[in-house]
Amino acid sequence: MLARSERTEPRPDGAVAPAVEVLSADKIFPNGTRALAPIALTIGQGELVTLIGPSGCGKSTLLKLMANLIEPSDGRVLWWRGGYDQMIAGGRQVAFVFQDPTLMPWARVETNVRLPLDLAGMAKDAARARVMTALARVGLTDFARHYPRQLSGGMKMRASIARSLVIEPDLLLMDEPFGALDEFTRNRLDDDLVKLCFERKLTTVFVTHSIYEAVFLSSRVIVMASAPGRIFSTLAIEEPQPRQESFRNSARFAEYCRTLSGLLAKASVAGA
Amino acid sequence: MRPLAQSETAVSIMAPTLVGVVLVAFWEIACRAWNVPVFLLPKPSDIAVTLARDWPTLVGALGITLRVALQAFAVSIVLGTLVAFLFVQSRIIEKSFFPYAVLLQVTPIVAIAPLIVILIKNTQAALTVCATVIAIFPIISNTTLGLRSVDPGLVNLFRMNRAGRMATLLRLRIPSALPYFFGGLRISSGLALIGAVVGEFVAGTGGRSSGLAYEILQSGFQLDIPRMFAALVLITLAGVGLFVVMVGLSRLALGHWHESEIGAET
Repeated sequence: MLARSERTEPRPDGAVAPAVEVLSADKIFPNGTRALAPIALTIGQGELVTLIGPSGCGKSTLLKLMANLIEPSDGRVLWWRGGYDQMIAGGRQVAFVFQDPTLMPWARVETNVRLPLDLAGMAKDAARARVMTALARVGLTDFARHYPRQLSGGMKMRASIARSLVIEPDLLLMDEPFGALDEFTRNRLDDDLVKLCFERKLTTVFVTHSIYEAVFLSSRVIVMASAPGRIFSTLAIEEPQPRQESFRNSARFAEYCRTLSGLLAKASVAGA
Repeated sequence: MRPLAQSETAVSIMAPTLVGVVLVAFWEIACRAWNVPVFLLPKPSDIAVTLARDWPTLVGALGITLRVALQAFAVSIVLGTLVAFLFVQSRIIEKSFFPYAVLLQVTPIVAIAPLIVILIKNTQAALTVCATVIAIFPIISNTTLGLRSVDPGLVNLFRMNRAGRMATLLRLRIPSALPYFFGGLRISSGLALIGAVVGEFVAGTGGRSSGLAYEILQSGFQLDIPRMFAALVLITLAGVGLFVVMVGLSRLALGHWHESEIGAET
């Protein structure tokens, strides 16, 4: 895996290649459902972008396209101006975090977090350092030897995030990871996430249902509509990263939430 | 261990033992009180005396029956898991052969045991085959179910990490299948013992070596009912012993994570 500095090197013309480019990619499922109309979207390197929209607007489908979990029916997706395999060959990694922590219940937390490295064939000793770093990042160092059943929902989610960090990803894709948690835990995890993404200059795409979460986390909120799934509108959040907890209590925050709420309402009607 | 945990285990041992003691006491008293003839229902004290008197012969017979049962159990585990793996690899193979596995299960062993003994010269081997025929199905069935009952989220995760077939089998399918596998073991161990005893009952032992079924038959002919009961007691104890061992193995393998071993949260 290449060192970070090599990967973020600017191109000769001075610009940095965008992390993900969705070039008129659409998706029609085998049963005929048109999940996504052709989408045009560029995610810049280091950006934290959220996808939000009514149920069925295709945000999870779009995320999976960016993860190469499914293929577009038409159009294509580029990662750092190349194909997915090209990106992997170049030493970059993509991590995907699901809404379920999806931990192996028979293994300890450290074994769970180490899984991607085990599957890639890394030696246990070498992997150990990375695992402990990832656990420290999410605040689970003391729970490395615990079993998943001994953890709370929030902690399991942290373990799942640690597992995605252990491969040192360049692109982090998260599908409503905090959806099943209570608001306090969610806020705390959001705080930690923005700091994390800022520190490591991680490009992050985050799908959420929560307006507050979308405004707090991202520099750009992409509002989607359904039938067919498409981008309805984009809202730029002009607030310096990393976001501070105090942002949540500010008037600007409330204003953004109002605007986003309005956009979502329009998007919900625009579908159907 | 905390005192609370200790007393929990103690309770789970003491309680059934107490029930057993009460039942045996009642049996003894009832037989004496109503003067039940010994050839109808022997008193526990008669059975105990017979056990002590004929201990060497009876234990020897137990050893022979157990050996057949354990051999059959081992063969069932090896063959059964192999077949389960095969079934999981290909739906076609499963659809083709599963009905025959079911056939094995539902055919009454008392009917086919004499046939097996005729076909196979070596009596010990024949009896092992009889017992295997009964004992193998729960292992095939449960292990197949277990290998298929994998969390789809985890399957996705493994696929995303580009895990190979072997890695998925070793790190995901087998651990997921263990609870089901142990469930199958519990059932199968008892069936292996039943198969060994029934096989011997129906087909005899060829004279040289005799297991507990032979002892029961012989005691019947000689109207030595306490001895018959003594043999029965030994078979029962063997069955319970096997079950307890399986439960212990289960707890060892699954105790730290599976719901079946953990129980309700206090």
